[in-house]
Amino acid sequence: MSFIRLEPRGQASKTMVYVTPLLAVALTLLSGFILFMAMGFDPLKALYAFFVAPLTSVRGLGELVVKATPLVLCAVGLAIGFRANVWNIGAEGQLTLGAITGGGLALAFYGEGGWWLLPLMVIGGAIGGAAWAAVPAYLRLRFNASEILTSLMLNYVALLLLNYLVHGPYRDPDGFAFPESRLFEADATLPILWAGTRVHLGALFALLAVAGGWLLIARTFIGFQIKVIGLTPAAAGYAGFDQKRIVWLTLLLSGALAGIAGMGEIAGPIGQITASISPGYGYTAIIVAFLGRLHPVGILLAALLMALSFIGGEAAQIAMGLPKAITGVFQGMLLFFLLASDVLIRYRVRFGARRAVA
Amino acid sequence: MTDLALIGPILAAMFAAATPLLFAALGELVVEKSGVLNLGVEGMMLVGAVCGFAVTVQTGSATTGFLVAALAGAATASLFAVLTLFLLANQVATGLALTLFGVGLSALIGQGFVGIPLDGLPKLYIPGLTDLPVVGQAVFGQDVMVYLAVAAVPLVHLFLYRTRVGLVLRAVGENHTAAHALGYKVLRIRFLAVLFGGAMAGLGGAFLSMDYTPMWAENMTSGRGWIALALVVFATWKPARAMLGAWLFGGVTILQLHVQGLGIDVPSQLLSMLPYLATVLVLVLISRDVARIRLNAPACLGKLFHPDA
Repeated sequence: MSFIRLEPRGQASKTMVYVTPLLAVALTLLSGFILFMAMGFDPLKALYAFFVAPLTSVRGLGELVVKATPLVLCAVGLAIGFRANVWNIGAEGQLTLGAITGGGLALAFYGEGGWWLLPLMVIGGAIGGAAWAAVPAYLRLRFNASEILTSLMLNYVALLLLNYLVHGPYRDPDGFAFPESRLFEADATLPILWAGTRVHLGALFALLAVAGGWLLIARTFIGFQIKVIGLTPAAAGYAGFDQKRIVWLTLLLSGALAGIAGMGEIAGPIGQITASISPGYGYTAIIVAFLGRLHPVGILLAALLMALSFIGGEAAQIAMGLPKAITGVFQGMLLFFLLASDVLIRYRVRFGARRAVA
Repeated sequence: MTDLALIGPILAAMFAAATPLLFAALGELVVEKSGVLNLGVEGMMLVGAVCGFAVTVQTGSATTGFLVAALAGAATASLFAVLTLFLLANQVATGLALTLFGVGLSALIGQGFVGIPLDGLPKLYIPGLTDLPVVGQAVFGQDVMVYLAVAAVPLVHLFLYRTRVGLVLRAVGENHTAAHALGYKVLRIRFLAVLFGGAMAGLGGAFLSMDYTPMWAENMTSGRGWIALALVVFATWKPARAMLGAWLFGGVTILQLHVQGLGIDVPSQLLSMLPYLATVLVLVLISRDVARIRLNAPACLGKLFHPDA
């Protein structure tokens, strides 16, 4: 037969589970080298400007954490859903709704806030994101509609809703008609954790999400049900697991986490509500979830890497005039290479023609 | 009488707005009929859009532009095909990756082309017929791509249901193990189907950037690739119904532009939500009939196939 063959392994390789993400990163860097060369940039200088230079300052390291925060929050939730074959790709919209509801509270209590306002905004953001995710959950369970398509459509709706609000009801009354809200007061702003950077309390939420996500998956009966439903839905059916409840739970949970991420963006680094609050965190979080092997700790590492691709893109644009769009290309390539090399987990590559069995 | 005078241009605009959706949906329909779910339509449309646009700007030839757009769409699709067919990657994840990659790649290619205007394609004009009230412009006053998209509907139908290759393609989509046992090349057929889907998505994207709104802007497909995916479900995998669906969505898109013209005061952002909300609505309406979906969906849709396993 063919010269290169894939031979199924008796058992999935545990080593390869950890090797393939590294392999994917290496292949992405190699492709980046070729890409930069083809575009006429010095590839080593460009890669340095992209992936190393941002990490050489305290400010850069802080930005890494700032960008990783929403990615972790979104990806932990998405990964729990992906494990149960619930394909929520609406994190971007759920994040936006969290910003709309959490930020709406900040505006509603403008000038009369107190210590209670931030906790209220967190809860409000979580409810907003969860409510947005409840729509695809309901439509899937009640009408059998694919949550992939419905959750994605709602991303566009959420962005348009945000755009409408900042041009209308949320607009700063003293702001010369700019499509922005008022700047939030101190009561509605997340405290800075690391002086000299923009790292805010949201980073702590992200760490809590990692710990909570790990506990849920590894140490609870619900986590066990999620894993069984994802691996063998039929077995879950025989065991009498309530699959509808798991769909609700995973979507509401991931929506709430994305909502908190959105609330954290406007109450953290942005400090007000604007028409663009996310450079696509909700989409990048999908890559983060896969790259992190759907495991909360893996997600933490993957989020830092993807955060680097965001700030690296900005830094390389400033330092060398590299187009910012390269960030998206890197992110897409990384997921491609990961999915491609994942074949090594369950298959061996064999060279040469298959020997006939005598 | 002004209302009647408006209907003609609205109908004409509706068919034009439906065209990118129709191209992409027909391509994806063939892909899904072969048992593959490619969620990367949005990414392939964007790559087609930017490549077609760039080539047209540089060569001045729209024909070359559309050809390159189809090739670019197919080339992007081939990444998906290699990953899912030969490296057995999860189709949902790979499709998402294709869209994310396509968004980034098209933005990178298109950075030098933002803000350049293009002429668009010449419109058909048949004296007398095109001047007919109401339907004249809509039916006899479109450009060649609009007619091509409509012509592709019966062609795809004939291919799927009246040719031997079409029969084999459907067999592969219904039961790849049986088709393989009969000696059909499951992977080769799926590979070609995915390439066709990519080429059609590329044409749909290029129609947007070269004709419908003749310019390039990042992410200019704004979800049309996803709407096309929903259309395939809405059409229950039947080409003619995909055309009706595309017209319906073309209508919704145009409606949104004309509502304000009719003196109804609704914020533009809320009107722009209409196509997306309509997509959710039709998905719900069609999906609630579980038996019908199960009857029409290719049985091997989204399932991986390994010839040695």
